[in-house]
Amino acid sequence: MATAGEAATAPLQKLHGANIIAAIKQSGVDHILSVPDLHTSQGVLRPISTDNHLKLIRVCKEDECIGIAAGLTYGNIRSLVLIQYTGFLYAINAIRGVACEQNMPICLMIGLLQKEPGVLPQNSKRFGLRIVEPMLDTLGIPHTHIETDDDVERIAPAIEHAYKHSHPTAILIGGRAI
Amino acid sequence: MINRAELLRFFATKITDEIVVATYSSASDWINIADRPLNYFSAGAMGLASSHALGLALARPERRVIVLDGDGSLLMNLGSLVTIAKMAPTNLTHFVFKNGSYEANGGHPIPNAGTDFAGIARSSGIAKSSTIHTLDDFKAKANYFLTEPGPVFCCLDIEQGPLGKREYAYMYRPEQRQALRDALAAGKP
Repeated sequence: MATAGEAATAPLQKLHGANIIAAIKQSGVDHILSVPDLHTSQGVLRPISTDNHLKLIRVCKEDECIGIAAGLTYGNIRSLVLIQYTGFLYAINAIRGVACEQNMPICLMIGLLQKEPGVLPQNSKRFGLRIVEPMLDTLGIPHTHIETDDDVERIAPAIEHAYKHSHPTAILIGGRAI
Repeated sequence: MINRAELLRFFATKITDEIVVATYSSASDWINIADRPLNYFSAGAMGLASSHALGLALARPERRVIVLDGDGSLLMNLGSLVTIAKMAPTNLTHFVFKNGSYEANGGHPIPNAGTDFAGIARSSGIAKSSTIHTLDDFKAKANYFLTEPGPVFCCLDIEQGPLGKREYAYMYRPEQRQALRDALAAGKP
């Protein structure tokens, strides 16, 4: 049984990886490009790795994803870049040069590792998390924050809009997917 | 050592419907020799040519994808060799022009000009990796590079080229990317 202290720190609502994956499929994405992100490792990446309907391309460094995703668009293949926020910060130049300046539909799913449950990224105690959304704003990349299952319905429309209008988009996974 | 422009002039006579992904100095030479819709110029972030090419190769399995990479560029994305080896696209040929310098950035040397790029590619899992030192040798093997099931990797030992003006704005214009999409959609060579 949870103690009162444990209950107070637990998220009020859950975020299920299965719902995220269903939304990814709903968007028409069938290629996942990823460097493992601890935040989404068990709930999202692990089941994707055994999903016969999603092709997982494991890369060595996050900026590789941006080039591969750009190349895939020339075969009308929709892909999703599944990375940790630290990898997003690392890959900003590639995102700037390929996704933003070339108006490419590069779709980023960014795990906000160690974000406090229920806390908005800009209010996190962690500097790295607080700067993610301002960076996206500076780059002009629309973004949405997924904290619980109630938010998952925003994933597919965000990806659909990115491909329809050829622009990058970012889906921030704040809740720890189970 | 090989003169890059001479090699590319010869190579241009061999290609037909391949997608050519070129970057920096090799792109500057290539566009002056073969300005064609099926060119893809890796723009935006140095080092990503091989990653763009991998995406293209997976997206267009009916087309050969040829990468004209640089040694300085590849050093910024060595991990892509591991990714390419794992994905093993049979339609990908990766050339690296090795002149031991960041030619497009002023001709400064790369950290170690003695780097064995074919050795790195082979160790990464690309078994068909080689180094070529002369134009005659390249001419003798050109058909192999265009037809051998990939991934194929070849390091070309070249002279440093001129540190001339680069026509990046022309190469990277949106119309170039649209021309490639149109050509692919139409199935044109």
